[in-house]
Amino acid sequence: MGVSEPLLTADGVTKLYPGGRVGCRDVSFNLYPGEVLGIVGESGSGKSTLLNCLSAKMEPTAGSISFNTRTSGLTDIFQLSEPERRLLMRTDWGIVHQNPRDGLRMGVSAGGNVGERLMAIGARHYGNIRQEALDWLTRVEIAEDRIDDRPRDFSGGMQQRLQIARILVSNPRLVFMDEPTGGLDVSVQARLLDLLRGLVRSLGLAAVVVTHDLAVVRLLADRLMVMKDGEVVESGLTDQVLDDPHHPYTQLLVSAVLQV
Amino acid sequence: MSKTQKDATAGSAAAAYNFAYLDEQTKRMIRRVLLKAVAIPGYQVPFGGREMPLPYGWGTGGIQVTASILGQNDTLKVIDQGADDTTNAVNIRRFFAVTANVRTTEETAEADIIQTRHRIPEEPLREDQILVYQVPNPEPLRKLEPRVVESRKMHAYAEYGLMQVKLYEDISRFGDISVTYDYPVLTNGRYVMAPSPIPKFDNPKMHDMPALQLFGAGREKRIYAIPPYTSVKSLDFDDYPFRPQEWEDVCGLCGADDSFLDEVILDDKGGHMFVCSDSDYCGKRRAAGHVGPMADDAAEAGYGSE
Repeated sequence: MGVSEPLLTADGVTKLYPGGRVGCRDVSFNLYPGEVLGIVGESGSGKSTLLNCLSAKMEPTAGSISFNTRTSGLTDIFQLSEPERRLLMRTDWGIVHQNPRDGLRMGVSAGGNVGERLMAIGARHYGNIRQEALDWLTRVEIAEDRIDDRPRDFSGGMQQRLQIARILVSNPRLVFMDEPTGGLDVSVQARLLDLLRGLVRSLGLAAVVVTHDLAVVRLLADRLMVMKDGEVVESGLTDQVLDDPHHPYTQLLVSAVLQV
Repeated sequence: MSKTQKDATAGSAAAAYNFAYLDEQTKRMIRRVLLKAVAIPGYQVPFGGREMPLPYGWGTGGIQVTASILGQNDTLKVIDQGADDTTNAVNIRRFFAVTANVRTTEETAEADIIQTRHRIPEEPLREDQILVYQVPNPEPLRKLEPRVVESRKMHAYAEYGLMQVKLYEDISRFGDISVTYDYPVLTNGRYVMAPSPIPKFDNPKMHDMPALQLFGAGREKRIYAIPPYTSVKSLDFDDYPFRPQEWEDVCGLCGADDSFLDEVILDDKGGHMFVCSDSDYCGKRRAAGHVGPMADDAAEAGYGSE
């Protein structure tokens, strides 16, 4: 991964809600292939709004978001036609939701969940789809004999890992994660983080991770943006921001973490 | 019995109705919808479905389509589960005999329009015939994607991965695709379509059929169509190809081994027989001298005699 074109570019992204309330204001950054960007901030700081804009779920009021598509280079994702954007979302992108219920089909078996993206892009060989699903279940540490069980019978941690397998099966280049460890107990969190870190590094994935948990970004993110009231107040290398916070809010955030 | 008949009371009652029950404006509206449906094979076109004098689920969609295309010189056949003599078929046939005073028939070859519930006649249809299906659920994605807006987008962008997931689930749970009726098809290589609850045995007949096929869903107010000679492919996997139903038995009455068979329970000791679900086909074969293994027993017991 030498110096290359950015994979995702945000330029002055602003989202205003009706009544002029600010979702996020004037956020700009470049994300390069294989890089993990962490976005932290307290609830209400606009980090979820920003993620929704970045992942094309919500159109920003101003500013542009461009993605380096495989065919035509850096392209404004909101200039793409809807079918093109939807294709992008289920092939080159993946979103790991905080609540697995938003990212999984709870009534469909684990194998079907993982296979869906393959079938969506035209895979029509049951044996191959199943093999691929088995591979991915193994990689996210789900036992092979659970392939025909439904996610609603899985534990929270397993559901979260299944969500990840479901996305990664289509070899995405960019993954959005919204509080990937939210709602899990700490030991499960640790294993999930371990897994994520391994996958991100081995697959060379670029990722945008939104969280309020500083430990998560410390482990996963190369770079960090700190948001407050819809604006980015500080950004830089993760270690640098966390070890030497400049902005008063970042200092507060870092010092607020309980030391055990 | 005579296969072609006119209802004796039809002439007098017809005067009280507009021809074929629906008013002309409604028929015109439905014809416009039909034109669009034929132009985009498999695409569900919304239409202003009318209240009909029978409950939803009894064929209101099919009847409205039939009423709109029926001409004074047409001959109508109505089947329900393949048979001409079941309640639904008899009543709809009588309905049009009364309101349109058209000739009705039980013979497939003689009919210009065949309205059907849940079967395609065994006898191959011709270019000058029209098959009208009664459809309860026109949306093949309904059970997979509850959001209507989303399912319409999936059709618009041909995102049919989810349909395949359903078939995947079947194989992983039951070892094979367990859908036996209303088996989803891909029409003209573009739209995934519900073929109405016909058995999958009939799916291959839809492919390249010389007759025009029209589908009316009254409750959901959707009409769709397959023009003559259009490709209709049943969805499947490369290593789990589509297979129609097969029977080890033959029709007990006419001995047919190529038709869709219904199982009939004869007693409470496990006695049963198979008979053709297409009553016209079975009758024709018997008239032509074909005899099934149970024809004598059945005649004795009063089954199969008309």
